[in-house]
Amino acid sequence: MTDLASATRRRLLLGGFCLCCLPGAIRRGEASPGPFASEEIAEGIHIRRGVDEDASLANRDAIANIGFIIGRDGVLVADPGGSLTDGENLRATIRQKTNLPIRFVVMSHVHPDHIFGAGAFRQDNPVFVGHARLAQALLQRGEYYRSVLATMLGSERAGPVVAPTMLVSDKTEIDLGDRLIEARAHGPAHTTCDLSLFDKKTGTLFPADLLFVRRAPSLDGGLRGWLKELAALKQRGAARAVPGHGPVSIDWPAGSTDIERYLTTLERETRQAVADSVGIEAAVRTVASSERDKWLLFDEYNGRNVTEAYRELEWQ
Amino acid sequence: MKGLQLGWALACMLLFAAAAAAQDDETARAERWKDLRQTLFGDRPVRDGAGKIALEAPERALDAALVPVAITVQNPKNVKALYLVIDDNPAPVAAHVTYGPAGDPESLKLRVRVNQYTNMRAIEETLQGELYESVRLVKAAGGCSAPAGDYDEANLADMGQMKLRPVGGPAPTEGFEAQLLIRHPNFNGMQMDPITRGYTPARFLKSIDVAYNGEKAFHLESDISLATDPAIAFRVKGPRKGKLAVDAADSANGVFKHIFDLAEQGS
Repeated sequence: MTDLASATRRRLLLGGFCLCCLPGAIRRGEASPGPFASEEIAEGIHIRRGVDEDASLANRDAIANIGFIIGRDGVLVADPGGSLTDGENLRATIRQKTNLPIRFVVMSHVHPDHIFGAGAFRQDNPVFVGHARLAQALLQRGEYYRSVLATMLGSERAGPVVAPTMLVSDKTEIDLGDRLIEARAHGPAHTTCDLSLFDKKTGTLFPADLLFVRRAPSLDGGLRGWLKELAALKQRGAARAVPGHGPVSIDWPAGSTDIERYLTTLERETRQAVADSVGIEAAVRTVASSERDKWLLFDEYNGRNVTEAYRELEWQ
Repeated sequence: MKGLQLGWALACMLLFAAAAAAQDDETARAERWKDLRQTLFGDRPVRDGAGKIALEAPERALDAALVPVAITVQNPKNVKALYLVIDDNPAPVAAHVTYGPAGDPESLKLRVRVNQYTNMRAIEETLQGELYESVRLVKAAGGCSAPAGDYDEANLADMGQMKLRPVGGPAPTEGFEAQLLIRHPNFNGMQMDPITRGYTPARFLKSIDVAYNGEKAFHLESDISLATDPAIAFRVKGPRKGKLAVDAADSANGVFKHIFDLAEQGS
């Protein structure tokens, strides 16, 4: 890249996403208003695939896999989407399928691409469900995220910061009448406030961003913790899982193979760098480079992941 | 990971669009430095240090809250102090290091926060009082004002804990290199407190004194530009056998001391 191009490039790494706003650079994930295409991956479970891009004006931050579960007594939303527009489109999609009340809106973690659509559901007066640490994480980061999204999308399109009204500190069951959905709070992993869901009726696991498929994972909680939580999730006896990014559904636990390999490689090679007294500045160039061709957006995230991993592991 | 400031905020140049336009202007950078130089050094000239001092820093920071930088000098015997200046940070002097008889200015490595596109400069002050600099433009944003990670409870519990690690690279001809890690949030006063919605009061390491076998190695004065959990790699003269004493103080009158007893190791 020339000096001029790099100087005019405006980048944003924010939560789970990185934004490149080169004028005209992004034309792919154009988001239009109204209902969007979704896939019923199991009985009553509808998922919209997020685009494998960083957030942009064109894609309205509709980059995460989001969807809903229809039960006898109502609807559960998981996750509400990456912006007010994304959330409104999700709500329109729900209304195409059912008129049942939207009772629960689950916010899987603090990153904006998953939760800034929550404002679209305030009119339904649902229970907003989150990890016990989500409330504090949103207080620390929510306004910052909002301001960045507002700059990108316009303040009326970004969406408000919506605080969770039901906090999960261990696990709890959500009853939709004919189906029970277990919500489980995890220790520091992808973030420090990861909440997963498990639909007992269909054996479908919603690990949210504890599971990335094809798109490079981003580490913002704890590397060792993430591997531990993944190992536990593999024991859940789920038939399929809905990745936070990637295909709308993947066989489980087989679908964890790639992210486990990446995180294991990241841990092993970062430990080796620490042990060999290779500094962070050199480690970011070499650690996990064998994974480069296996992930989209690898170069946007791996170096930061190495930095995070390094400072976690250098104190061990 | 608890307690570490995450680099969240990397880089929203959009937020700083207006400022960025100005910063992209070399004239504005030059003006900024002219003011800074006057403040720091008065009328003393700061000359091009090519061949004397080198600064290594990433052209684009992967994590604006932790940008690794390295300073090396060619003629350490003639250097009495080093400066690391980050022109556009709220407190530009990231480090001012003065060396004693046990210290070797040949190399110094730090991790810093970078708040926006900025010139970063390493400056050596010679025994004769001359100043030489090496300058790099670093592209990053948000490293200071970005929301911190989970810097609550667990964070302060182990504040002041220290670790000394060996440093890789070519074996020094004399002396040795080590990296000092200090657990400290280095709150810079620009991060919002989630409870009060006010800003977390600044609390940062102000000074670090390192002595080796009773002799001064260096005295480092710092400010809010050091990353959370400051890490400093430095060179010490003499065989790697003896007591390395660290005495650090923060802006809230916290004092942290540690003595590392170094056993001799093979080269």
